[in-house]
Amino acid sequence: MNDTQATPYDVCIVGSGAGGGMAAYALTQQGARVVMLEAGGEWYASKDAQMMVPAWASPRRGASKRIRPFGEFDACDGGWDIEGEPFTRAPGTQFSWWRGRMLGGRTNHWGRISLRFGPDDFKGKSKDGLGEDWPISYDDIKPYYDRVDDLIGIFGTNEGLRNHPDGNFQPPPRPRCYELLVKKASDKLGITCIPSRLSITTKALPGRQACHYCGQCNRGCAVKANFSSPDVLIGPALKTGKLTLITNAMAREVTVGRDGLATGVSYIDKKTGTDKHVKAKIVVLAASACESARLLLNSRSTQFPQGLGNSTGWVGKGLTDTTGTDVSGFIPSMVDHVPHNEDGVGGMHVYMPWWLDNAKLDFPRGYHIEVGGGLGAPGGGFMGGIANYGNKGGYGKSLKDDYRKYYGATIGFSGRGEQIPNADCYCEIDPTTVDQWGIPVLRFHWKWTDNEYNQSKHMQETFRSLIAQMGGEVFSPMPTKEQGYGLATGGSIIHELGCVQMGNNPRNSVLNKDCQAHDCKNLFVADGGPFVTQADKNPTWTILALSWKTSDYITQQRKAGAL
Amino acid sequence: MSNVNRRDALKVFGVAPLAGMLDWSAPTVDRATRFVAALGEGETAAPYAPKFFKPHEWRTVRVLADMIIPKDERSGSATDAKAPEFMDFMLVDADASSEASRVSMRGGLAWLDEEMRSRFGTDFLASTDANRRAVLDDIAYPARVKPELRRGSAWFSRFRSSVGSAFFSSQMGWQDLRYMGNVFNPNWNGCPRAATDKLGVSYEEFDASMAKFRAAPK
Repeated sequence: MNDTQATPYDVCIVGSGAGGGMAAYALTQQGARVVMLEAGGEWYASKDAQMMVPAWASPRRGASKRIRPFGEFDACDGGWDIEGEPFTRAPGTQFSWWRGRMLGGRTNHWGRISLRFGPDDFKGKSKDGLGEDWPISYDDIKPYYDRVDDLIGIFGTNEGLRNHPDGNFQPPPRPRCYELLVKKASDKLGITCIPSRLSITTKALPGRQACHYCGQCNRGCAVKANFSSPDVLIGPALKTGKLTLITNAMAREVTVGRDGLATGVSYIDKKTGTDKHVKAKIVVLAASACESARLLLNSRSTQFPQGLGNSTGWVGKGLTDTTGTDVSGFIPSMVDHVPHNEDGVGGMHVYMPWWLDNAKLDFPRGYHIEVGGGLGAPGGGFMGGIANYGNKGGYGKSLKDDYRKYYGATIGFSGRGEQIPNADCYCEIDPTTVDQWGIPVLRFHWKWTDNEYNQSKHMQETFRSLIAQMGGEVFSPMPTKEQGYGLATGGSIIHELGCVQMGNNPRNSVLNKDCQAHDCKNLFVADGGPFVTQADKNPTWTILALSWKTSDYITQQRKAGAL
Repeated sequence: MSNVNRRDALKVFGVAPLAGMLDWSAPTVDRATRFVAALGEGETAAPYAPKFFKPHEWRTVRVLADMIIPKDERSGSATDAKAPEFMDFMLVDADASSEASRVSMRGGLAWLDEEMRSRFGTDFLASTDANRRAVLDDIAYPARVKPELRRGSAWFSRFRSSVGSAFFSSQMGWQDLRYMGNVFNPNWNGCPRAATDKLGVSYEEFDASMAKFRAAPK
């Protein structure tokens, strides 16, 4: 082990996504000397994004690649299938694990859907008896949501919805014409439909331009008009002179001293293949929920033979993903469109927050609806279902005219809902398999329950009724019970949460209410790992707020001399 | 990407986020728009040497592609938009292709020649336009294909999708579709009246609905 460092850093952060980036930002602002380990390479959207590169500039015309499953121009290096980094599944398990492998992780390509969890989302068990309550409430985290809104920038509207809290919003863009159609249909069906809440700036912020509406946020923004960790958090942290960034550093384990406290992190320098170590007084894991759990489980020592933080066996438990299912439909009134620039921001301009009362339904928790469609940039895979339209196939002039006529005439809905944690969804260390660096890999266990299947059925029915309300036609039949009502497999929505959960009771949690390990007071987790539950919201805004809250606690404890 | 260095492509953005500059200036937008429009232009005119398709297959693909997307009054044909080149790339590229996709393409083209020969005694290239159309008419409409032609039809549907997506993802295709996006458009403010009118919706109606929603008890 190569360890020549004279004095330990104040803090070592593992991972550079939303959680790690925010911790680096907040801790360096407060004067801590921080070292950050990132398994991938350096990448800044402001320098490296493929914004506005047209499809035809590439022989692939924008189609996907193994490490860019969402298209070759997408910003995120990563995927469900990474060379040299396997994972395994228990028999019968369908689960896929996405990993981002670059500075900023998956903040580089996500949809920027930035929703606060609401008061009920922290206290689900108190409401319906399922899952667990969080050890914190909405009021505890609200000041941090406000600070995240102000620092990062988000557009939206204040609607006074109790469980979909208002925020410090910039003005939202107007809906696209087809989104007005969606709003009209939603009104008819009594579905709440409001301007969306995305972390894309419609007004300039210091050092960042306002959006220029090219509609390609997933490629990364060259003028920093949307949120990504490298440009918005890590850049400013580096400017303080307090942050040391080590890329291509694959963490192997958290090291501990005889006193049972963390002493630093050992890692593989991927460029040279050598093992190295950084010393730090405090360790913050933000490697993603499952990767942080893996790191803890692989950090075995005489003091912690089951892995660090795992004295009660809870690391890896409580794994959840967002539920998801999609339906798209052909809308006859949209054929022969009026040519215009419909791009807008890189995401929907309206969405539907959960609007019903679960007490009257056969599933316990809600979902939100995301909207897509219209005149997207034609790329590889353009209108693959052409034989569904007009002449129902054919060739020649009539086919060419069908493409023109039906281009942009579809609207799609995606449901994103809350899974209740269950005992069959967890990860553990596989007993026989290692990755290319010899690090034992994760084995996943996964089972959806009727809670999720019934919710997916409701999503399918709702989306089909919305499309029918717009006079549209759905080409795919309603999925049956045997087909799981179209529920996406675990890991598909890339919102893995839990595995390193917070709680007041060490018997069923790893961290306390400050995201500090019960077993090791100088170890913290700042990614999706601490989440006690999902919500009918995307997790990123809560990861950011929670990481900032945790970072403030670390600062306070450091200044008090407790760490 | 072709002849454009990615860093060059983004050079233009260097002028934008200057301190204190709150809006895109018109000259910046104009310059950036023209820069982006020029990306991918100026490619060499040297004949393309296919890497997957053999010479007979390549000729067949080019004829078939232009029967699927022919030149008309609005734009050129599939070969004008280099659709066969895209298809060839996608069949040799490690990320885009598989053994199954390669076998399916070769097998499909062989099936087409065999079908032509069994009906007319000549392969696809050697057949008349009318004879070629006789076979295509039988496989181009999935909903009414005879059972014995389903394999050929399934292959043709995939082939047609490749040609269509290649054509319309080209610069010629974007122009044909009157695609107006992928540009700097800092003053974007919703869709034009003609577009909302066509769908029978309006911003006034949206604003009124939101006002009503905000006024309602929750």
